[in-house]
Amino acid sequence: MSEDGSSGTAPAKQARLSRRQTTDKLFDALLPVVATLLALGVGAVLLLFLGVNPLVAYGAMLKGAFGTVSGITQTLAKATPLLLVALGICIAFRAGVINIGGEGQIILGAIAAAALALAFPTMPGLLLIVAALSASLLAGGVWGGIAGVLKARFGVNEILSTVMLNAIALQVMNYLLRGPMLDPEQIAAGTNIPQSATLPLQVWLPRLVPRTLLHSGLLLAIGLAVLVYIFLWRTTIGYRIRAVGLNPSAARYAGIPVQRYIALALILSGAFAGLAGGVEVTGVHHRMIEGLSGGYGFSGIVAALFGKLHPLGAIPASIIFGGLLVGADKMQRTVQVPSSLVVVINGLIVLFVVASDYFVRQRARRRGTEVTETAISGPPQPSLEPGIVPEDKR
Amino acid sequence: MLTELLQASVLIGILHSGIRLATPYLFAALGETVAQRTGVLDLGVEGIMLMGAISAFYVVFETGNLLLGIIAAIFVGILMGVLMSVISVTYQAEQGISGIGLYLFGLGLSSLLFRVLIGSVVSVTGFQELHIPVLSDIPVIGEIFFNHNLLVYAAYLMVPVIWFLFDKTTLGLKIRSVGQNPQAADSLGVNVNRVRYFGVIFGAAMAGVAGASLSIGTLNVFQENMTNGIGFIAVALVYFGGWRPLGVLLGSLLFATVSALQIWGQVVGINIPSDLMVMLPYVLTIIVLIFSSGQIRQPAALNKPFERSG
Repeated sequence: MSEDGSSGTAPAKQARLSRRQTTDKLFDALLPVVATLLALGVGAVLLLFLGVNPLVAYGAMLKGAFGTVSGITQTLAKATPLLLVALGICIAFRAGVINIGGEGQIILGAIAAAALALAFPTMPGLLLIVAALSASLLAGGVWGGIAGVLKARFGVNEILSTVMLNAIALQVMNYLLRGPMLDPEQIAAGTNIPQSATLPLQVWLPRLVPRTLLHSGLLLAIGLAVLVYIFLWRTTIGYRIRAVGLNPSAARYAGIPVQRYIALALILSGAFAGLAGGVEVTGVHHRMIEGLSGGYGFSGIVAALFGKLHPLGAIPASIIFGGLLVGADKMQRTVQVPSSLVVVINGLIVLFVVASDYFVRQRARRRGTEVTETAISGPPQPSLEPGIVPEDKR
Repeated sequence: MLTELLQASVLIGILHSGIRLATPYLFAALGETVAQRTGVLDLGVEGIMLMGAISAFYVVFETGNLLLGIIAAIFVGILMGVLMSVISVTYQAEQGISGIGLYLFGLGLSSLLFRVLIGSVVSVTGFQELHIPVLSDIPVIGEIFFNHNLLVYAAYLMVPVIWFLFDKTTLGLKIRSVGQNPQAADSLGVNVNRVRYFGVIFGAAMAGVAGASLSIGTLNVFQENMTNGIGFIAVALVYFGGWRPLGVLLGSLLFATVSALQIWGQVVGINIPSDLMVMLPYVLTIIVLIFSSGQIRQPAALNKPFERSG
C-alpha cells in the first residue's frame, strides 16, 4: 500500500503500474508455454522408459510437422478444424460453459454437409459450397443447442449432456454410413466399407497448394477467428456473453437473460464445431468417412486453452497442436513410438494449464485486487453447475 | 418379439447379464459418489478406468495372478487420483477441465502401454463364475443372482459399505460437511483439502477396479478405449442416484438391464438397426439428467474449489 501511495509522483506511479501490467501480461502469456514444456518433459521421461531417446523422438516430431513443405501443409490442414473447434470453445468458455461435445458436433456437421452436397449434385460450385457449409453450421448448432437448452431450461450439466450427445452422434453416423448413406459403389462391389459416395467435384474446397491437403478452409477459419474476436469484444451480444461468464448474478441484475445467453453460447460453440466437420468433409476427405472427427473435439479444447481462450490466440495454438498431430504420425513411422503419446501430452497440457491458473489468481489476491478474468475459470466462483438460477425459471 | 422376450430362459438370461453388466458402473459410480460428496467433480473416471483396465490386464497376462491384477488396478487408480487431487484440490483448478485432461492422459497412456507391452489382442483367464452353494441351486433366483464372479459380488457389497461410510462414521460426516459447507467444516477444524484428497483418491481406486472388472472380469481382453463411455455414464449415474449409494445401485441396474436388453436385441436380430439400439443408454442418461438435475440433494460445494479465507 505504502509504496503505491506515498512514493513517486503521479506519472511515475502510472509508469510503474503500466510496466507491471506489461510484465503481468507477459507472465500470463508464458504460463501455457511453461505448461507445455512441462508436459513435454513428462513425455520425455515416458520415452526414456520406452528406451527411445526423447531428443530423437521429438526431433522426428518437429521435422515431420514443420521440416518439409509437405509437413507444413499437413500441419496447416490439421490446424483448420482445430481452430474452428477452438473458436467455439472460446465462445462457450467466455459464457462460463464447457463444450465437450465437439466430436459429436463435428460428425453431424460433416454428415449434413455431405448429405446436402450429395443431394444436389448439379448445383453450381460456390452455391453448393455455401449451402453445404451452412448445413454443417446448422447441424452442429442444433446439436450444441440441445445441450444449451437442457442447461438453460433444466439445469442439466452441459459437460455430461455433451458427452452423451457425442455417443449418440457416433451411433447416428454408424447407422447412416452402413445404411442410407453407404456408397452405392461399395454395395455393388460387396466390400461395404462404411463411407459415403464421393462428393460432387464442384463442392471440393480449392487447394491452396496444389497436390497437398492444404485447402482454403484455413483462410475461412482465420477470417472467422477475427470475426469472433470482433463479436466477443465489439458487439453487445458478445459483451453480454462475457458478462454472463464473468459474473452471472451481476449479469442478471443488469437485466441480461442469463439462461438465454448460455444457450446461445452453446449453439454458437456447436455451430463452429459443425463447420469444422463440414470443412473436413469438403476440404480433405471429399466423402463422409468413419473417424472423420479425429479427436479434434478434444484437441480443439487443448488448443483453445493454450491460446488463453482468445480467438486470435487460438490461431497460433491451433497451428502448434496441428503440428503435434502430424509430428506424432511421423514419429510413429520413424522411431516406432505409438502416436497415442500425443494424447498423453495433450492431457498433461490441459492439466498443467488449468493448474497454472492458480498463480494468476494468487497474484491477484496478493495485490488485493479482485480477480476480474483469469484464463480458465473466468469468474472467481465459476458458476458452471446446474441450477445456478432457480429463481430465474419463469 | 414380445413372446420371445417373455420366455423364462430369455428373461433369466437378460436379468443375469444385467446384474453382471452393472459391475463396472457400480464400482465407478460409487467411487465417484464419494468424490462428489466431498465437493470434487472428477470427470476423469473414464481415463482412470482405462488405466486400471490395462494395468490389471498386463499383470494378469504376465503372472496369471488375479489378485495381483486387482492390486495393480487399485494402485494405478490411486496414482491417478493423486494427480487429480493435486491439480483440482491443491491448485484449485476448474474441475470440469482438469477431468478432461485426466481422461485424455489415461486414454493416451493406456493405449500407448497396450501397444508397447502387449501389442495384439490376446485374452487372459479372468475371474470365473462362482456357484454359491445352496443359493445358486434355487431355481430362477439362483440363476440370476448367485452365478457370478467375485468382482460382481464385491461391487454389490460396496453399496452398504459406502452407505455405512456416509451415514455411520465420523469420516462420513466430515465428507458430507466438506461437500456441503467447506467454510463451516474448516472453522470446526476439519482439514477440507485432506478430506477431498481422500474422496478423490478413493473414487479413483474404485474406478481402477471398475476398469479391471472389464479387462479381467467380463471381457478378459484389453482393447484401446475399451470402456467406451462407461466412465462418463458413471458420473451421470451419481446425479441420477441423488448422491446416495442406493440411488446409484438403482441407476446402475437400470442401465445395465437396458444394455443387456439391447445386446439381446442385437443377437436375436430385432429389426431395429443395432446402431440405434446402442444409443438407448445415452438417450436414457440425458432423460435421467433432466429429471435429476438441480436437486437440493446435490452437495452445495460440488465443483467449487476451496480457498481458506483470512
